[in-house]
Amino acid sequence: MDWIDAEVEAPLTLRVNGVPHSVRIDTRTTLLDALRERFGLTGTKKGCDHGQCGACTVLVNGRRINSCLSLAMMHADDEITTIEGVGAPGALHPLQTAFIDADGFQCGYCTSGQICSALGMLEEVAAGWPSHVSGDLMPAPPLDLGEICERMSGNLCRCAAYPRIVAAIQSYAASREGEGA
Amino acid sequence: MSEASITMDAPFERSLLDTAPAPLVGTSVSRVDGPFKVTGQARYAAEHGSGDLAYGMLVRAPVGSGRIDRLDTAAAEAMPGVLAVITDARLIRNGGDFAGAAAPPHGSRDVVYFGQPIALVVADSFERARAAASAVRLSYERKPGVFDLAEVLDSAEPPTNDIFGLFLIHTEQGDVAGALKQAAVVVDEVWTTPSQSHAPMEPHATVAQWDGRRLTLHGSYQSPVTTRDQLATLLGLETAQVRVLAPFVGGGFGSKLGLMPEAAAAAIAAQRLGRPVKVALPRQHVFEMTGRRPATHQRLRLGADADGKLTTIAHETITDQLEGEMFFEPAGIATHLLYAAPNRLVDHKVARVNKLLGVSMRAPGEGVGQLSLECAMDELAEKLDLDPVELRLRNEPEVHPETGQAFSSRSLAECLRVGAERFGWTARNRAPGRCRDGEWLIGHGMAASARGNLFGPAKVRVRIDADGLAAVETEMTDIGTGTYTILSQIVADLLGVALDRVEVRLGDTDAPTSAGSGGSWGATTAGSAVYAACEKLRVMLAEAAGVTSGNAVFADGMIVAGEVRRPLSELVGNGMVVDGATAPGTSNAHFSQSSYGAHFCEMRVNAVTGEMRVARWNSVFAAGRILNTKTATSQAIGGIVFGIGGALTEELVHDVRTGKVVNRDLGEYHVPVHADIPDIDVLYLEERDRLANPLLAKGIGELGVCGSGAAVANAIYNATGVRVRDFPITLDKLFPGITP
Repeated sequence: MDWIDAEVEAPLTLRVNGVPHSVRIDTRTTLLDALRERFGLTGTKKGCDHGQCGACTVLVNGRRINSCLSLAMMHADDEITTIEGVGAPGALHPLQTAFIDADGFQCGYCTSGQICSALGMLEEVAAGWPSHVSGDLMPAPPLDLGEICERMSGNLCRCAAYPRIVAAIQSYAASREGEGA
Repeated sequence: MSEASITMDAPFERSLLDTAPAPLVGTSVSRVDGPFKVTGQARYAAEHGSGDLAYGMLVRAPVGSGRIDRLDTAAAEAMPGVLAVITDARLIRNGGDFAGAAAPPHGSRDVVYFGQPIALVVADSFERARAAASAVRLSYERKPGVFDLAEVLDSAEPPTNDIFGLFLIHTEQGDVAGALKQAAVVVDEVWTTPSQSHAPMEPHATVAQWDGRRLTLHGSYQSPVTTRDQLATLLGLETAQVRVLAPFVGGGFGSKLGLMPEAAAAAIAAQRLGRPVKVALPRQHVFEMTGRRPATHQRLRLGADADGKLTTIAHETITDQLEGEMFFEPAGIATHLLYAAPNRLVDHKVARVNKLLGVSMRAPGEGVGQLSLECAMDELAEKLDLDPVELRLRNEPEVHPETGQAFSSRSLAECLRVGAERFGWTARNRAPGRCRDGEWLIGHGMAASARGNLFGPAKVRVRIDADGLAAVETEMTDIGTGTYTILSQIVADLLGVALDRVEVRLGDTDAPTSAGSGGSWGATTAGSAVYAACEKLRVMLAEAAGVTSGNAVFADGMIVAGEVRRPLSELVGNGMVVDGATAPGTSNAHFSQSSYGAHFCEMRVNAVTGEMRVARWNSVFAAGRILNTKTATSQAIGGIVFGIGGALTEELVHDVRTGKVVNRDLGEYHVPVHADIPDIDVLYLEERDRLANPLLAKGIGELGVCGSGAAVANAIYNATGVRVRDFPITLDKLFPGITP
């Protein structure tokens, strides 16, 4: 079969959380597998490998993507942020603190994706991007329950922490607003 | 080392948790493992393994019933980086569920379900293993198979096993047929539920490594010791030669209870190759191979007199399973005890099919059994023109209606009353299909909830180190249930130390064996073993301080009694260690123990499109002492949403020609998402169960699932006037009945 011979290895440097990682990589490797298997950044989770669960969400140049649906080779010039770049146990990002306070997780496997997705989502709202449930496309969308739920629905949580994830996002967003950010 | 054990033979009149000076148990403590989980630092199964890790990918049967004649592995073996194609006779056919230490079926080329593991391809990278697995060629002989429960209902027979006495196969009292003839009102309907998938967010995965004659598995297991014992039997090892580690588990819901195919394959491959091997299942394999909740066909007959007193309850279930497997879905399990009625029948039969293994799924039995029972109660209430809450109150039994046992505690009536008030039940819509808000039909429904409480043997080790740090070590797991946190709280309260002075180490078979996470009993059994150990430590500490423990107060890292006031670190010497244990005793046999609750739901159904939305939700539960209100509420929400999924969207669709799971991914098997779920109000009533365990607590992990789907179904009926008895209630079934 032709595709068997198509295996190609290529040099690649990826910048993840501000740190360059240089490897020779099988060009079939997804961004998700590069992070987990080559760079030891296992905070990004593999839930379905098909872009259906959101557990692998990372930020690429500030925008959220499913890292399982993207080949590592496509990101040579990108700035990639994973959960490890958001905060650490001793130095939590306020959204991470909000997830703990609201109990926005149980098993924890979807949590990295929920948090990265929420950070990307809040930027989308701030930039005025409408969603499927936005009533009016012109003004900045409100950050209400319907908008948050709609925009976060690509991130599944089988433990169903949904109401508490939304509460964590709302509490973080409110505190950011309070700071005039 | 000292030991202490608690056996529940009599009411536990005095729990030390009641007298903790600054109690954390019962409060809203944030998860102690939270900082690791929100930063991605918690390491799950597939995240272990060293530099020379090899990657395995299973090759699986492309036929639902047949025999593999030939396996052509040459092309795969010639591919770059391929280390081996393993066709070992010890590769298992399906998981072991909780069937003791026996090895699961293995070593056969006979295929009994589509997707059954046949071989393992191992390569030096994931990409190479995946490519090579698709290059293995199989030839097979197709055999006749049974792929649809509906076709073989008549062949169903009683289950061969009552699962160690956990499930009752058949109970019968009075004269059901005669009483139904006499009844003023009768409901006699059939409800069906499909195969469902646990779909935990973390796919099943194992990293296996041999170190000389010892095998270590890092994996995703609810009950590591069961995985260990089954694997040791399979490979002919002493259990001491196998260590299983599962400190973080990304959900299980019953799908990770025993030895699973990926774990056996990884262990075999790692031994063959002399290097660590990881087998992480792709999501499609999880759906097709790890287990499912069996499909059910349930006939429910209720008879009542004109006052709404039940005279008859008959619940007959036919469920489907692979030939030779013992588990069956005990859908009538709560029907034994929910309502009083003199004439009763609960029966289970199993039809044999060629579908992936049927296993326990969150609230096995109640999870689908209370759909039919609680929907039948709703239909009965309507026929009687009686408030469904009132119907349930009128049939509240004084004692267990079959056995006559007293209830250890039962606050169902209170849950119903408080829930009705919180929801505003008296202002509900009473005329089905008549309450409208523009295009939207609005309906209200409710259901009762019950889940049996179990208490089993568990062991933990509790240490106080020389510097006064406390540690708990046990094989028990935290699959999102909050074990790390509640065990920390119990130790903190009983030894009077701060929460951050307690370290809990879980999921290691080299530590004392606990009960595992399953059946909602982990918190109460492991927690009670911690209690036993801490009680003993208090005595030892008091002795060291020269006081009697009964007079001592443990607080702020000190023991205080009269004039004596000593830090624990001064008393422990080089450290104190106690193994704490629980044993069930007679209380479980002599009293009926269950957690109870009531769900109230508002549904909106679009009259034009048929779209169904859960609009509002209140649940009230009573489950003894609630150890942590924050994590307990999360578990309740999780269970309720699980039930909502089962009512509205979740169905494993099997191709009726092959048994193959057609919707084998999360894009087609629809678990609820953010947009499906409103805010969910949960209240736990104050209750103490002195017959359950020294914590006075009962299980909660599965209670939310029980009846929640029925509340949805009843609300949809109330909104539309359409009864759909074939779950899930999808648009195609509901829409034809709606008048726009």
